[in-house]
Amino acid sequence: MRISLKTLLRIGCTMASTILAGSAALAVSTEADFRQAYAAADAAEKQAGILRNQWIVTEAALAEASRAAGKGDFDQAIAAAKEAEALAKASIFQATGEKAAWKNLEIRP
Amino acid sequence: MRAYRALLDFVGRAGRLLSVRFLLISLATLLLAIAPASAIADDADPAKEARAFQNYFFKKFPNVKPDDFANGPYALNEDMRRQWEEKEQFPPYEFSLEAGKELFAKPFANGKHYADCFPDSGIGIRQNYPQFDGKSGKVVTLELALNQCREANGEKAISYAGDDMAALTAYMAFTSRGKPFDIKIPDDPRALEAYEDGKRYFYTRRGQLNFSCATCHVQNPGERLRAEVLAPALGILNAMPIYRSEWGNMGTISRRFITCNSQVRGVPLEPQAEEYRNLEYFLSYVSNGLPISGPGSRP
Repeated sequence: MRISLKTLLRIGCTMASTILAGSAALAVSTEADFRQAYAAADAAEKQAGILRNQWIVTEAALAEASRAAGKGDFDQAIAAAKEAEALAKASIFQATGEKAAWKNLEIRP
Repeated sequence: MRAYRALLDFVGRAGRLLSVRFLLISLATLLLAIAPASAIADDADPAKEARAFQNYFFKKFPNVKPDDFANGPYALNEDMRRQWEEKEQFPPYEFSLEAGKELFAKPFANGKHYADCFPDSGIGIRQNYPQFDGKSGKVVTLELALNQCREANGEKAISYAGDDMAALTAYMAFTSRGKPFDIKIPDDPRALEAYEDGKRYFYTRRGQLNFSCATCHVQNPGERLRAEVLAPALGILNAMPIYRSEWGNMGTISRRFITCNSQVRGVPLEPQAEEYRNLEYFLSYVSNGLPISGPGSRP
């Protein structure tokens, strides 16, 4: 079976455009993923703020996420945002549990 | 027909019984729901709690004289005490004390002074703060009262964590040295709630390190945390404000609370936040009877 040069070029162009389109789509989805991860972390941190129990490390992770996103390093930005979300959730867990648990430390008459 | 009437009668009685039972159950449930809240309110006895709080430390450190708790870690560590006594020959807070005296005497733009805002012209009154203000329903600390005084006289508020506030409170504390803390909880449910809120804050774990104030100052006073010897919670505010060698200058109670929160990796609240004022109210109240020793100095 013989493939003409014209067909070969057509196949090559199609493959190249598919790869280019795919990587462009990946970059867009990475930024969207970051925005989603950051929004989740930010919402959890705001909840911790309502409970008056934010952690310094959560704020630092959120700042790191923004910094990395500003540089276009969305992998790092997403990782930092996810860490921030986990920390914020831990601080919420702590504040919620302490609503009753503080009594265990109390000096009572 | 008779059987039908008997059946109706039975159903009616059962219904009445059931509704009475339902009413009783509802009432009992309601009482149970209310009971814990009213039990807390009835059980709350700050005077009794303060005695228990003090006794905890007296038992934990039987060789420390009660008044000496106002000297913080120096009451618990002989080496530190000797160094402190030598430092007191030329105390590091002296410059701030002088600055505070000048600031206190300096008239506002309207010609009035801080002295015009306080009983006894502000001299020898430190031991009465914080106070519960019945009008606003809030705890008023000395730092807050100083800024309220400024604002009432057309001046801008100064930073609660800044040098001027530290200097002013240092001077006022100095004029109260030796006077025992005399914090009042008036017969007002809001005052009791402020005390309870301060207590809750004191014992609540926070920050990434999962520490409460009590973790260091109730469970571990006298122990070392890195280079520091932890002070007992009893009398911890009597020496405020303090010169800390770590800071290189004087710090107010606001600054100390903020630093404590940061040290356990918690985001500090704003200076003079309600929680901090209530915490100060609680901590000062449980130290009633212990002398004011401020301004103090710490490593």
